[in-house]
Amino acid sequence: MKATPRVEDDKKAKVPNDISSFRVWRKRLVEAANKHRSWTIVISMAIGSVLLYFWAAFPPFSFVQSQNTWISGFVNAGVFILLALGLNIVVGFAGLLDLGYAAFFAFGAYLYAFGASPFTHLHLPFLVLLLGGAAVAAVFGIALGAPTLRLRGDYLAIVTLGFGEIVPIVFLNAEKYTQGTNGIGGVDRPNIFGFVFPGIDQTAYYVLMSMVVTIVLILVYRLLDSRIGRAWAAIREDELAAAANGINTVTTKLAAFALGATTAGFAGVLNASKLTIVDPTQFLFTVSFTVLAMIVLGGMGNPLGVAVGAFILYNIQAVLLKQLNAVFDNLNVPVLQDIDFVKFQFLLFGIALVLFMMFRPEGLIPSQRRRQELHSADAESSEDLALIAPEAGEVAL
Amino acid sequence: MGDGLLLNASNVTKRFGGLVAVHDIDFTIPTGSIVSLIGPNGAGKTTFFNIIAGIYDPTAGIVEFAGRKMIARSKRAWLEPFIWFSPGFVGIIATIIASNAGASEGSIFIMAGITLVALMSTMLVGVARPPRYQRALPSIGIFKSARPNDMVGVGLGRTFQNIRLFQNMTALENVLVGMHTRLKATWLDAMFSTPRDRREEKEAAEEARGFLRLVGLRGKDGELAKNLPYGDQRRLEIARALGSKPKLLLLDEPTAGMNPRETQDMIALINRLRTELGLTVLLIEHDMKVVMEISDRVTVLDHGEKIAEGTPDVVRRDPKVIEAYLGAPAE
Repeated sequence: MKATPRVEDDKKAKVPNDISSFRVWRKRLVEAANKHRSWTIVISMAIGSVLLYFWAAFPPFSFVQSQNTWISGFVNAGVFILLALGLNIVVGFAGLLDLGYAAFFAFGAYLYAFGASPFTHLHLPFLVLLLGGAAVAAVFGIALGAPTLRLRGDYLAIVTLGFGEIVPIVFLNAEKYTQGTNGIGGVDRPNIFGFVFPGIDQTAYYVLMSMVVTIVLILVYRLLDSRIGRAWAAIREDELAAAANGINTVTTKLAAFALGATTAGFAGVLNASKLTIVDPTQFLFTVSFTVLAMIVLGGMGNPLGVAVGAFILYNIQAVLLKQLNAVFDNLNVPVLQDIDFVKFQFLLFGIALVLFMMFRPEGLIPSQRRRQELHSADAESSEDLALIAPEAGEVAL
Repeated sequence: MGDGLLLNASNVTKRFGGLVAVHDIDFTIPTGSIVSLIGPNGAGKTTFFNIIAGIYDPTAGIVEFAGRKMIARSKRAWLEPFIWFSPGFVGIIATIIASNAGASEGSIFIMAGITLVALMSTMLVGVARPPRYQRALPSIGIFKSARPNDMVGVGLGRTFQNIRLFQNMTALENVLVGMHTRLKATWLDAMFSTPRDRREEKEAAEEARGFLRLVGLRGKDGELAKNLPYGDQRRLEIARALGSKPKLLLLDEPTAGMNPRETQDMIALINRLRTELGLTVLLIEHDMKVVMEISDRVTVLDHGEKIAEGTPDVVRRDPKVIEAYLGAPAE
């Protein structure tokens, strides 16, 4: 940060003071935020979601689509934020490359469909099924993670990819229990203490989603700085040395799979209750890949980065690309108007991933550790870090 | 432990395919002693270390730690899967019988569900191998060799020849990982940030700083491990190994690459570990000065076999040892 030169002489003496007191205040704010991190998360999420809710009714948002459509999009983005936070535990914290994460999403969704639909004639309470979805997903996280324990890197990825393919196909083929391709429709909307969520107005879903995301963020950050968070980091760095220091790599890795899957369970239940239909095509590899891309681009390892990455990427995918289509069509640009950007979204993801890997592999908002891991030879980075960034190990705001 | 031996290895052999790395080694470590293991490169010293530390299963032989058999070739390991699958097997048989007897579909589901849960639980216990399970196995006649984290659990700590610190974690975090087995907080405690968890974390950090001070890294807790100078990295690895409060410390070439001054500091540190912390130490070393100055007893390996053992003076004069290091005199 350089002080901008001022014209008036008598104000020159003041300039460094202003900048430095700003720095002091910023440092103090960052320290307070780090010390009371959970409160910081609650307050920022509360302010952020209220702001976003009302701003969506005004320009420039209102030019694009109605407020309710925006809110609905934000709820969908919230589903992906939850997925990204969970996969971040497996991939970012523990370093286990999981390519079949959508399977846990499916378990949560189908559990809700089994528990609250005319298909099974069960109508269990929503909150019970929310926790139940997380529990079922965790159990399957352990079940699907267990065979991969002795595998490294690529082989782990391939096995998890296999599971990611198997699960939706099982749901597809078990017609008697899941109605196959038709899926289970007419799934109940959430019913919380007697209040049934309306079908059109998405405000209730938005409030619920904000609360769930806030809670998950708080829990994820607590896990990061705990004994088990350190154990995950140790396994990620050097598994043999971790074992040689007493870490039971089996239970620690299984805990990563289980805890990572629980947020997918939450996401599955919430998504099912919003769409009111659950069918196997919602859980294909594209979902796993999208969530992985969100993590990598957002800042693998850093919960905040991952959440922001998920939010941005979802909105690009759901809103920006559609708008690009509309814009180029309206402008009658020769080549671009023929391109359907929505169809090419994965090509664009791929290009973005390659560019990011070349120039900013740590992602948009990296964890301090990851940035150090990736730029270890880069002296310039460490100077920047010392000047501006908080000390290693703290939240980057 | 009446014989005062902290470690008792007998007839330990390790074969890698056709290569015999370690052949029929008897090795004991009396409690409270500092013992060195020396020999030319490729003699099998680090392999022997790795066997004691639980990384390799020996082809033959037994290693007892504090009187308890910890490491040996697996016995009746094939029996283990039977134990894991027996509840599942019983459940499947029961479900088949019930369905043939005409039980309702709902109760079949429940039985299948219980079978699945039982199967998963037993397999989980078998895969994770908690200490209680490990202790219960011998009573059934099965023996599974201890894994590295099991050895840490009974009081063994080790450092590595090529430093294996957690490079992108701070010095404090490295030591805290070393203390992993002694901390009790689970993921539940972490998520709910219970007072017990917070207290334990604070106390752990204080204790970790104490270990850093002990090895001479006072004030460096915030430094990333990879940014520390070489000598400090070696000390940090020792501090990390001390975190689990081991009874026996295995040091693999602790003075490698050090100048004479650093070597003296390291010798002083190892002595302090014995006097202040009551540790027993097993060293692999190439620096003869260190070995002679610090060891109560020296064992010499060559080509996987023990060729000499005794006090430093005795070993230094042994003709076989001289031949191993310097070669036979020209005829």
